[in-house]
Amino acid sequence: MNIFAQGFQWIFTASHWTDVNGSAGIGAQILFHLQYTVIALFFVVIIAVPLGLLIGHTGKGRAVAITASNVSRALPTLGLLALLILVIGIGIVPTTIVLVILGIPPLLAGVYSGLESVDRQTIDAARAMGMTELQILFKVEVPLAMALLIGGLRAATLQIIATVAVAAVYGGNGLGRFVLDGIAQNDFAKAVGGAVLIIVLALVVDGLYAIIQRFAVPRGVSRGSVGRKHAARGGSIPVVATTRTPITEGQ
Amino acid sequence: MQWVWTNFDKIWGLTLAHVGLSVIPIVAGFILSIPLGYAASRSRVARSILLSVGGILYTIPSLALFFTIPVILGTSLLDPINVVVALTVYAVAIMIRTATDAFVSVPADVQDSARAVGFSRAQQFFAVDLPLAGPVLLAGVRVVSVSTVSLVSVGALIGVSSLGSLFTDGFGNGNLPEIWAGIVGTLVIAAVYDILIIAVARLLMPWNRRPARVRAVATKAAHA
Repeated sequence: MNIFAQGFQWIFTASHWTDVNGSAGIGAQILFHLQYTVIALFFVVIIAVPLGLLIGHTGKGRAVAITASNVSRALPTLGLLALLILVIGIGIVPTTIVLVILGIPPLLAGVYSGLESVDRQTIDAARAMGMTELQILFKVEVPLAMALLIGGLRAATLQIIATVAVAAVYGGNGLGRFVLDGIAQNDFAKAVGGAVLIIVLALVVDGLYAIIQRFAVPRGVSRGSVGRKHAARGGSIPVVATTRTPITEGQ
Repeated sequence: MQWVWTNFDKIWGLTLAHVGLSVIPIVAGFILSIPLGYAASRSRVARSILLSVGGILYTIPSLALFFTIPVILGTSLLDPINVVVALTVYAVAIMIRTATDAFVSVPADVQDSARAVGFSRAQQFFAVDLPLAGPVLLAGVRVVSVSTVSLVSVGALIGVSSLGSLFTDGFGNGNLPEIWAGIVGTLVIAAVYDILIIAVARLLMPWNRRPARVRAVATKAAHA
């Protein structure tokens, strides 16, 4: 546990925020980490959102999307990165490609499963009122699916943040640098400090998404959670008390 | 291709190491998640605690977790147990949610009927709840299996050998076939596990062979 104390001490050493052993300090590496994440997320969004809306609205191509996301889950990040860096060369391009490949499936799944979760009757009602397909999509389906949509974005972002940390092994920047350099140089305070910073970054981003998700749900719509179903059957009230068919006298 | 044949022994050895590191987390994650998921499906307090803890653990990026485990356990950095523990943590974190959904999906009337005909708590769990939760649990364990197999390779960064070692070595030597061998090997292990899990599930749940409806529910749970 003492090593943790040293790790925190390393983080709270003011000079480490601007400079660590003559190279980028904590502040700069956090920015690098976020920069990789935001760039990758941009491409993930412009690819996965239209695709997910198409699959979710039409219901076509779902099987393909599920297979693709399963395969991408099996692909080892380290291998994919090593391969692309050797083929393309060191730089932000191969890393970004890998981050985009890994970030697309969670967002895609969030978008199309979000649209699928919308009650068919609501969509039929919108159609009966004379809404066009685009109106149905953006005025009915997307707002109702917002929680799952943002959930997908949240999963994609965290996947990317974790992958940026790993990508540092092939010479990239980001908070993973401190962990890997610390291990290589037997400087455990630095490695622990780096690990703590990565965890804090992930948790802070996750927390921000949790807040956004709460506000993104339109008023009057609760996220069809498991809790309601459970409460509906009376929690732990004994069987006798929850007679489902009321017995009327005189029948 | 030439490289693969001349180094077949090395690849085979690393494949076995990869299998050794991934089997325990998958099995342990599955077994641990059943009581946790069941508890979460029974009580609202347990659910909110377990699901939040699971969510937080799953949020921790792999590199940080792989390195933090030895610091917490006091094990040596190169000890393979670190990777096993870290992957078990992830497996449980993923599985808790699925297991909770699985037990919640058991219809209330069926549970009431079991109690009405005099099943004890334990009988009801093993004869009613568990079999009915089975298909969703199956979907969850398949997701855990695939992601565990792919995450094992990150252990190479803290010096624990697996097919991931082929990536760091291959990158260092600029050897593309070595990297390909690692990627293909990982995918093959994941595919073999998936086939094995499905085979075991068919033996245990013969009624679940081709029900399109249940499979739709199961895939939904896997993406939740």
